[in-house]
Amino acid sequence: MTEKKIRVLIAKPGLDGHDRGAKIIARALRDAGMEVVYTGLRQTPEMIASAAVQEDVDVIGLSILSGAHNTICPQLMKLLHEKGMNDVTVLVGGIIPEADIPALKQSGIAEIFLPGTSTQDIVDFIHKRVA
Amino acid sequence: MSEQRKGSTQTVPPSEASSAHREASAKEQAWEKNTLQPTLEKNPERQSEFTAISGHPIRRLYTKADLPNWDPDRDLGFPGEPPYTRGIHSTMHRSRLWTMRQFAGFGTAEDTNQRFRYLLAQGQTGLSTAFDLPTLMGYDSDHALSEGEVGKCGVAISSLADMEVLFDKIPLANVTTSMTINSPAAVIWAMYLAVAEKQGADWKKISGTLQNDILKEYIAQKEYIYPPEPSMRLVIDTFEFGVKNTPKFNTISISGYHIREAGSTAIQELAFTLRDGLEYVEWGMRRGLDVDQFVPQLSFFFNAHNDFFEEIAKYRAARRIWHKAMVERYKSKNPRAWALRFHTQTAGCSLTAQQPYNNVVRTAIQALAAVLGGTQSLHTNSLDEAWALPTEFAATIALRTQQIIAHETGVTNTVDPLGGSYFVETLTKEVERGAWEYIDRIDAMGGMVTAIERSYPQREIAEASYRYQVAVDKKKKIIVGVNDFVAEEKPLDILHIDETVAHRQAARLKKLRAASTPCARAPRAKTTSCLSFTTP
Repeated sequence: MTEKKIRVLIAKPGLDGHDRGAKIIARALRDAGMEVVYTGLRQTPEMIASAAVQEDVDVIGLSILSGAHNTICPQLMKLLHEKGMNDVTVLVGGIIPEADIPALKQSGIAEIFLPGTSTQDIVDFIHKRVA
Repeated sequence: MSEQRKGSTQTVPPSEASSAHREASAKEQAWEKNTLQPTLEKNPERQSEFTAISGHPIRRLYTKADLPNWDPDRDLGFPGEPPYTRGIHSTMHRSRLWTMRQFAGFGTAEDTNQRFRYLLAQGQTGLSTAFDLPTLMGYDSDHALSEGEVGKCGVAISSLADMEVLFDKIPLANVTTSMTINSPAAVIWAMYLAVAEKQGADWKKISGTLQNDILKEYIAQKEYIYPPEPSMRLVIDTFEFGVKNTPKFNTISISGYHIREAGSTAIQELAFTLRDGLEYVEWGMRRGLDVDQFVPQLSFFFNAHNDFFEEIAKYRAARRIWHKAMVERYKSKNPRAWALRFHTQTAGCSLTAQQPYNNVVRTAIQALAAVLGGTQSLHTNSLDEAWALPTEFAATIALRTQQIIAHETGVTNTVDPLGGSYFVETLTKEVERGAWEYIDRIDAMGGMVTAIERSYPQREIAEASYRYQVAVDKKKKIIVGVNDFVAEEKPLDILHIDETVAHRQAARLKKLRAASTPCARAPRAKTTSCLSFTTP
């Protein structure tokens, strides 16, 4: 009863407007009982980091399909670190070549979900991680 | 989340139900009793309900009972004649195959020019340009918001100089070019026409297609810059320019492709696209343009998804709806305005990152549906596109897929081979009816711009998209290699675009700015190459 709801920020960084995935994830996490905030389109890393602080979220989910992940992710991780948000779990979903995954994880991304991932797998991951 | 919350309380979507009044013949009833029932008792069917990928219910068997008031002369007609169910040309692909138009664009203008020339050398018959996100959003390659995006999803074009390189050694007088550009369409088109002029091509004779469909940007793809009303004014400006200066150019490609990719059903794709089309016609008329003059320059663009027959029904219904609207709603007298011409692209969203070679098969079947549905032009996706932009190897197989359909399968030998099929004709009617229900609903709201401002199509699509995801997660819809028939596999060799593209672009822009006469003082853009998006 008193258990705090997991708070998630779903963010769509960069110039890309393909938000089908972001909206599906936002809704699936909400249906799984989480508190979800969706940033809307075209967010810079600065905007996402500020929103994460203001909303005091446990998880940030980035939806990136445009190939800009190698630029965006390290920038965001640096900003989160500067703002003292070292506990936040950052997830990436989208089109990420497998060769880029190790470096992204190195930068602090907790997990990368590729196309075809079921929404339940993401819900389960978050529950396990943010226990 | 407000968008989704509103979504869950909306009214029920127009019925996607099967034909209501069905009276089976005595012979059909006897078949049910004597043959079907004993079979079902022994072997129940695999599922209690069969549905198309959109959820549209599909009957076990279609007979003439499904087409009670169907009149072949009225509903089917003949190819090249109203209502164009069977196609817009009397001979269709017997005279002229569809244009094989592979969408391409990555890196710098040099990279893409090279790919264009390669594709033409492989037998491709038209060009289609993919621009990168900064270009789509009207930013120069060295703008802060372009960081990480230059040349990634398409070619980076910041200036007329880039455009000249893009079409270097490609004769624009002969090759038709499609350009997927929307918010900054007028600017990119101006650059294109300047390059054509410089090559010596006659604007009155050149042909090609500008996507220029801003309405679907709000509905689906979301690469918009300005609000709907002023954006519509820009679109109508290009119509007006096109009527006067480039009579053979398609000034718009009214696109259902992106609506479908955003998760809509086939009926939603059809309905929202055609209602967008009607909106453009009405805005054009309000500008004082003559329907019979500007409408023949409007073209369409549809998706080809996995559900084979539903897709074919969609294309056939599209032609019927457009004809009816042009004649009855706008009193058009010009048959060229009645005939809906369309490009098709196989469904990017149907491709899987898992077992990517399976995508060749998916694409082939989707392309076949587009051909049987009477497409004028076709793009087939490459097997690696769930991972990245295609390698030359993958793009070649995609082109070869079209060539195999065209030259080996025999499907081009006759016009509308599925015409008269009980199933296809019934489905065409049902899809058409479902689309009209949506169109009527949007009319009642006051038109598409108002509907968009109220997020109506956006919500309908988000609902359908979520319904489909839930069906996939619950394995009610199977995706081979994703939620069933899963296997271990090796990673694919994919195209990698690094940041050197951005550096090269930035250096070129810097040089261009230093050398250029300010545009305002330049006598003609073509002589200065100074046309650039965002002034520094």
